[in-house]
Amino acid sequence: MRPNLRGMVKDSLAAAIVAALLAVPLLGFHLSGSAQGLTLDYRFGWVAIASLAVFCGRLALSLAGTAVGRSLRRRRQVVLPLSGRPSRIRPAVGWALVAVALLLPWTPLADRNLIDKATLLLIYIMLGWGLNIVVGLAGLLDLGYVAFYAVGAYCYALVSQQFGLSFWLCLPLAGALSASFGVLLGFPVLRLRGDYLAIVTLGFGEIVRVVLLNWQDVTNGPIGISGIARPTFFGLPLLASVPGRTTFHEFFGLPFSTDHRIYFLYYLILALALATNLFTLRIRRLPIGRAWEALREDETACRSLGIDPTKTKLSAFALGAMFAGFAGSFFATRQGFISPESFTFIESAIILAIVVLGGMGSQIGIVLAAVLLVGLPEWFRDLQQYRMLAFGGAMVVIMLWRPRGLLASREPTVRLAERPATLDAAGEVLP
Amino acid sequence: MNAETGQPLLTVEHLSMRFGGLFAVNDLSFAANRREITAIIGPNGAGKTTVFNCLTGFYKPTVGRLTLSPPSGARFLLERIDGFRIAKEAGVARTFQNIRLFAGMSVLENLMVAQHNRLMRASVYSLAGLLGLAGYRAAERRALDLARHWLDRMGLLAQADQTAGSLPYGLQRRLEIARAMCTEPAMLCLDEPAAGLNPRESQELSRLLLDIRGEFGIGILLIEHDMSVVMQISDHLVVLDHGALIAQGPPARVSNDPAVIRAYLGTEEDEALPPEVAGDLVAVPHSIPSAGQPPC
Repeated sequence: MRPNLRGMVKDSLAAAIVAALLAVPLLGFHLSGSAQGLTLDYRFGWVAIASLAVFCGRLALSLAGTAVGRSLRRRRQVVLPLSGRPSRIRPAVGWALVAVALLLPWTPLADRNLIDKATLLLIYIMLGWGLNIVVGLAGLLDLGYVAFYAVGAYCYALVSQQFGLSFWLCLPLAGALSASFGVLLGFPVLRLRGDYLAIVTLGFGEIVRVVLLNWQDVTNGPIGISGIARPTFFGLPLLASVPGRTTFHEFFGLPFSTDHRIYFLYYLILALALATNLFTLRIRRLPIGRAWEALREDETACRSLGIDPTKTKLSAFALGAMFAGFAGSFFATRQGFISPESFTFIESAIILAIVVLGGMGSQIGIVLAAVLLVGLPEWFRDLQQYRMLAFGGAMVVIMLWRPRGLLASREPTVRLAERPATLDAAGEVLP
Repeated sequence: MNAETGQPLLTVEHLSMRFGGLFAVNDLSFAANRREITAIIGPNGAGKTTVFNCLTGFYKPTVGRLTLSPPSGARFLLERIDGFRIAKEAGVARTFQNIRLFAGMSVLENLMVAQHNRLMRASVYSLAGLLGLAGYRAAERRALDLARHWLDRMGLLAQADQTAGSLPYGLQRRLEIARAMCTEPAMLCLDEPAAGLNPRESQELSRLLLDIRGEFGIGILLIEHDMSVVMQISDHLVVLDHGALIAQGPPARVSNDPAVIRAYLGTEEDEALPPEVAGDLVAVPHSIPSAGQPPC
């Protein structure tokens, strides 16, 4: 198809006129204060420049967009494309990423700072994978996910301080408590869908934060909880010296270094995140996982097949919340200090953005999105006050380029091609 | 013919469904037998789909009793069971007027989702499934075999790993029936399964439904506008108009019923009758030969 130059010029002219109309009140008049009072300056030159810029920009976009636009239109399908053949690349990429993550602390690049950043990144990846169960698989838009993260963090902080339980005992406890909060939230909102659900979950997230902020006796309010117990290496404290106990470096005969703790935390969150991933990959192929996806596709049809929408949604909420609880306890033990400040709405929004940007439901997509969303603001640090502008611009570009997320194609949970009919009547596998 | 034939599978007594001041269904009573195809027909807005929605738990009937007596000997009062449990416990499966597949999932996955409850039991709160225990794996293999059986039967084997939404319309209709059959129902409710099919596909559908009736001995409830299909395959006809029953009985008798002709074609003042409509109503030969199944 040849580019329709006339149409483009017309379109650009229209855009320029709209821009001029908008620019007259916004740019054209300027109030300036002086000793004589307010004076009105007319700046129609600016208006002209702005309209000209819009005209040129629009024209350039349409000229450049003919090729890009075609490929974009092709991608905008109603149904998620299924990858036609079992992908060999994706598992390979996955294993490569795991290998990189495992070896990262041993590379010459690694220093405290990098490992610390990577730990933060892994927390977001784990939260993304957890939220993916709720949003990506079950299709329930949850804007208050950070509430469960907060529950996990406070659960660990309070239980370990009050009862002196170790991290490994608190971890399942925090997961269970978060999961029960998930059920608690799930019950009243089950009848809601889409936007309404998003609003209620948003409210829930805020309620949890406000309670944490105001329940002085228990949570210490805005001051937060400090001095949270650090994790131990299977009972060996990662500290310089603890009276009456053997510390990690004494046990292994190493010189003491604070790096040990950083590296240990890194491997800990890596293990937790990988466990989350393994769990999701596995449960997707189970009936409950398929029911989640079916529920996302069509709830009415699910009911007609005898699937209990209540239980299915609740299980998604609870499991998603559980992983947030695990991540929360890890967060608390890593920071040693938590306050309601860490659990604001923007955290929920970032986690949701990671899931959506990754391509709803794609595990590797979430890793890429987390790297972009948590990594980009770091790279853009040199841009100073334009940092968030560049970040937002990058997001817009990505969503234009990949409207369904970075990795939008969906791998079926079961393929007939891989399961040749090898069964005899008794259901035994034939050689 | 099997001794079960003629025993009522579903008894509808005095069913009424009211939306505000409107009676969508008004005091409807009929019975559908096991091993029979019962067609519910009537002009648009007669309340056919409302009856289906009451039967499958999407609506709670205002008044009425709906009794399902499957061959197992159990008895279910459908109006008292809520929503999804009708499909899960009583074994009523349905399809929808506007096809409702899980469009983004593969064809095979659609059939696996249909076997959810059986697989859930085998997966023991997903624990046996997560651990990959042998009991669950065997259940999954059986589910795959059932799915494969229906894919084969519907001629969908080659498309098993495609997205359901990408199938052509006729195949989507068949997949929806296959999905309903994968729940192993006692009663199958089909809401306009021939809508949008070409004549050849309609013929295939008729044959399929006769085969299902003969092979599984389940009752089939059918809403259909395509009179050639209805007259060919149904054993019993229930005619609704404005929510009320106006005639029921064997197709040959019902099609000559003056009340039915009036409802479909209007009273004599309505002059302009499209000839094809009148032609449809003339009883077509009652049965088509089907594979190994003598017509009832």
